Amino acid sequence: MRRIERDYPIASVGGDIGLPADDPECPARGNTERTEFGRVAMGAVLDMLEEAKDLDSPTPRWVQSIGNQRGVGSQPTSTLMHCPDERPSARSPSSCKPDASRRQSKRADQPAPEVCVQRLEGISKLTGRERYVDDLPFDDALWGMTVRTRVPRGRIRQIKFGSAVDWAEFVVVDHRDIPGPNEVFLIERDQPVLAADYTRHMHEPVVLIAHPDREMCRRAVADVQIIVDEEPPALDYRLPAGPEQIQRNNDNLFKVLKIEKGNTERALEQAAHVVEGLYETGAQEHVYIENQGMIAWVEDGVVVTKGSMQCPYYVVNALKHALNRDESQVRVIQTPTGGGFGGKEDYPSNLALHAALLALKANRPVKIIYDRPEDMAATTKRHPAQTRHRTGFDSDGKLVAQHIDVTMDGGAYVTLSPVVLSRGIIHAAGPYACDNVLIDGRAVLTNAVPFGAFRGFGAPQTLFALERHMDVCAAQLGIDPIELRRINLIRDGQTTATGQVINDGTDRTAVLDQAAQAIRFREKQRAHESFNATEPYLRRGVGLACFWHGAGFTGSGEVALKSRLRVQGHADGRVEILSSSTEMGQGTWTVFTQIAAEHLGIAPADIIITTPDTSRVPNSGPTVASRTAMVVGRLVERACDDLRQSLGLDNATRGEAVTAAIRAWHNTNADQSLFGEAQYEKPPGINWDDDTYEGDAYGTYGWATYAAEVEIDLRTYTARVIDFVAVQEIGKVLNNTLARGQIQGGVAQGIGWALLEECKWELGGMKNCQLTNYIIPTSADLPPIRVAFLENAYAHGAQGAKGIGELPMDGPGPAIANAIADAIGVHANIIPLTPERIMGMMDQTHA
Amino acid sequence: MKVLSPRSLDEACALLARDPAPRPIAGATDILVHWPDNLNAKAETETYLDISALSDLRHITREDDVLTLGALTTYWDVIQSQACRDDFPMLLDAARQVGSVQIQSRGTWAGNIVNASPAADGVPVLMAYDATVVLRSKSGEMEVRLDEFYSGYKQMQRRPDQLITAIRIPRRTYDTQIFEKVGPRRAQAISKVGLAITHSTEGWRVVAAAVAPMILRCKSVEALLESGAPVRSPDDLAQAIDQDVAPIDDIRSTREYRQRVLARLIYHDLKGVLPAFS
Ligand SMILES: Cc1cc2nc3c(=O)[nH]c(=O)nc-3n(C[C@H](O)[C@H](O)[C@H](O)COP(=O)(O)OP(=O)(O)OC[C@H]3O[C@@H](n4cnc5c(N)ncnc54)[C@H](O)[C@@H]3O)c2cc1C
Repeated sequence: MRRIERDYPIASVGGDIGLPADDPECPARGNTERTEFGRVAMGAVLDMLEEAKDLDSPTPRWVQSIGNQRGVGSQPTSTLMHCPDERPSARSPSSCKPDASRRQSKRADQPAPEVCVQRLEGISKLTGRERYVDDLPFDDALWGMTVRTRVPRGRIRQIKFGSAVDWAEFVVVDHRDIPGPNEVFLIERDQPVLAADYTRHMHEPVVLIAHPDREMCRRAVADVQIIVDEEPPALDYRLPAGPEQIQRNNDNLFKVLKIEKGNTERALEQAAHVVEGLYETGAQEHVYIENQGMIAWVEDGVVVTKGSMQCPYYVVNALKHALNRDESQVRVIQTPTGGGFGGKEDYPSNLALHAALLALKANRPVKIIYDRPEDMAATTKRHPAQTRHRTGFDSDGKLVAQHIDVTMDGGAYVTLSPVVLSRGIIHAAGPYACDNVLIDGRAVLTNAVPFGAFRGFGAPQTLFALERHMDVCAAQLGIDPIELRRINLIRDGQTTATGQVINDGTDRTAVLDQAAQAIRFREKQRAHESFNATEPYLRRGVGLACFWHGAGFTGSGEVALKSRLRVQGHADGRVEILSSSTEMGQGTWTVFTQIAAEHLGIAPADIIITTPDTSRVPNSGPTVASRTAMVVGRLVERACDDLRQSLGLDNATRGEAVTAAIRAWHNTNADQSLFGEAQYEKPPGINWDDDTYEGDAYGTYGWATYAAEVEIDLRTYTARVIDFVAVQEIGKVLNNTLARGQIQGGVAQGIGWALLEECKWELGGMKNCQLTNYIIPTSADLPPIRVAFLENAYAHGAQGAKGIGELPMDGPGPAIANAIADAIGVHANIIPLTPERIMGMMDQTHA
Repeated sequence: MKVLSPRSLDEACALLARDPAPRPIAGATDILVHWPDNLNAKAETETYLDISALSDLRHITREDDVLTLGALTTYWDVIQSQACRDDFPMLLDAARQVGSVQIQSRGTWAGNIVNASPAADGVPVLMAYDATVVLRSKSGEMEVRLDEFYSGYKQMQRRPDQLITAIRIPRRTYDTQIFEKVGPRRAQAISKVGLAITHSTEGWRVVAAAVAPMILRCKSVEALLESGAPVRSPDDLAQAIDQDVAPIDDIRSTREYRQRVLARLIYHDLKGVLPAFS
């Protein structure tokens, strides 16, 4: 065993920023940390299992944890948060305490509980008791399956049903069974629920089949032939479409957007230096652990769909539209969801429609569960993108002009491409001040399976280009890359590309410096010089990326959503949170519970939250855009205030006084329901103009610098990240464990995107749609991921929180590419940097 | 689908003599990968012979001149075996890089041989140690050298009625033992290039995986090493490698990458070892 550990280190993800990877005083750091992590984690697991013994009691037991830091490495500063990885002990409670100054509403004699709740559904997931949609028993249910075209573009001529199965046993649905318009309701309505006479991508659904035996469904699917008169597909978004490939307007463009500030052309002409670059990022598959799945049935005339999803009300809207029903005739219930990452933002609408159509026709429940190959082949991915930079600097290295041109592959239908493009171009100029910025963006139709939402939503693509480009510029200008960033980082009072004045008091330079310091950027540069000169085939490099991520919906999106949330006071005094925001592994339940408990001063055990059912919960907006804790969490607070108000209590009333009032209310209002409600209100002073693309694109931004050290094996051209530091300012950290989990998970996903994950295409369909051949990182492929938070409370987020979920996806790509360029001098301008690609880049560099 | 569960080796051989012969199942880690395809057409007619309960086949035996792995020996058994660690450390190197702990504790070396994947990780080290395969049927027993066992893609010298009962490895003193697995990631990975090199008084063995329809010895490279001709860069190996292997472009990698990486691994790994490499 010991030898295994030494030879094949199991990646430790519990790294502490205070422990530099090569700290001479900590020679056995890797091991120490591993044991430490192992010990802490196992301890927590055993305790949880112990607790799980009473799992069958309806109320989970709570662990109230008071944060502490591990006490190793550097001292905490007032803003740097050292986080307990796992279950903390109560040694030094100071560093995790919520900032007392923000709590004017609390009475001094009644200190709030330092509520830092342990993951609410953690035990049931850990012990395998959580029931996902595929685990739900369903008597009398049929299995549903989908017949797809397998041709990227063309006119559907005929559908042939073979004779391998007895078709009388099957329920068969096609577009003629759709009661309403044959359209998936989203930004545009160009995507049919089932292709009628035309196919625009390989995996377009045409016919649905249901049967009690899943195996029979498989056979039946293979027995249907769809005859298509093929037409020339558009397959490369980087090339202009030929006349025979045009399928939308006269240019195949889904959306064109522009951001303009100052006079970029003139500034470029006058700049002391102009640096150009072209950057490219590939598609990425979400690989949520749970495949897409949905069950549908009809109950008292109401179409009910239940399944894995991020956005129950998107599904409601899709069902209403295509099934021609009003809201009272559809009901959507989320099941525990094993990951989404954007992949379950819009696609579940398609799946719910398919299941519902079969259920309506069969008059029986129908369950559709995609297996992994179908899920990978037929559902959305991250948009591939190409970004061109032309950047002007003055002689001191100050940015004077940025011309950025972004092209994204939208795939066959519009889906969410316009908003992905929007977030992409708004982030494209980065966290820098520049007076002249011109950003052109377009999303292009191709005959690929539609691309859609994926953590980061366009920003990782453009930030990869920007931050890789900053290193290219630094090299051409002969300026140190950290210095170049420091000179140009936006300072309070300066404006972004859209003219938004940044004035939040965050010390962005401190974020940059701390990351550089934590990874020991300078020391490593020196050490690598001699390492690379003496090692026969190993090369090391270090790189970083500075970035930002806007939290919440873009522009006036939050205003348009008008999100609502309710809390209900139950007769036993407990308070239930009624929201359509979903738990999918990121911690919505835990954090909402924590916010409500903290706000009302009651125990987390007295807060109830379950999977949303649209017959009970209002529309709190979709669970996307890093908005849930910040925006909807704030609604939890305001709904709690409203509840107090309904009880005649002021907002200073907390704890037992609230619960007692709830019980008393029920005593006098038997059989009635007690609610508190809140609806989103635009924070004052935030203005956005959607026509000119000017103004406050986001209420607030998270700021971050990530740094990576890589090692490349020149025998195999394989790059590996050996150390990683993630420093970010994200407002108030609500729950250390969850926040660190988000960062470490996002970094892992970013490492995959940067080095390993490559969708291989054939006629617009993914060829390698198996986990064997689509390579995501395992724990053995990950370095220690060392996380630090700087906190600067945001006035309009719950407890001062900003969004956090997407941010960590933005930094790893460019930081790693920069480190690879540093190590071996290649133009690492395309990701993923697979060994085969690095080999090609080295050939080019040395040619 | 039918599963036969023999209680003894003799019974297993008797059942294998049926026509058509049932298909042996050991750890089932390969069999299950192909399951969904089977379900479509063949599953109902297929007959399996579950040999996993034949405990006589699960042993690691050290004798004076040979180490024997019973046919049910798993990767995990090898990782824990002092005998393997002492004499054949590459077996452990390879075992630890197979799939994950779950696969290591179920998958067998014999299954790895019969599955005959060109990218297998167990086969190259066995071949570089001059292992032989003991095949038994109702009509008798025979022993075949592993480096003569394969004749093409999934083609091998095993009749359907034969069971592998053991893998035998001659005990020798080696001065060079090198194993390399180049996968797309560090665990749960199918090899893009595999390499096992040994040197003993019997000479050089250079075995390459994932660069031809089957795992094979690179005889031209072996001859080059034997000759002591100077090798000053990976390019100096290219011609010999070209004669020995025929890599392809596929979903996992490219011909070019496989060919070059094989040369670079051999070159860099032997550079400190052989005076001819500089
Ligand atoms: C997730 C996963 C990861 C994997 N990773 C790797 C890896 O990294 N490297 C690698 O090399 N392989 C890998 N494999 C493949 C597999 O685990 C190995 O090939 C394993 O050694 C097969 O052994 P088994 O006992 O499971 O064989 P089985 O699946 O039981 O059988 C495989 C074949 O051998 C035949 N067979 C088995 N035993 C005998 C016998 N005694 N006599 C005659 N025929 C027999 C069977 O009929 C069948 O044709 C992986 C598999 C999975 C599922």
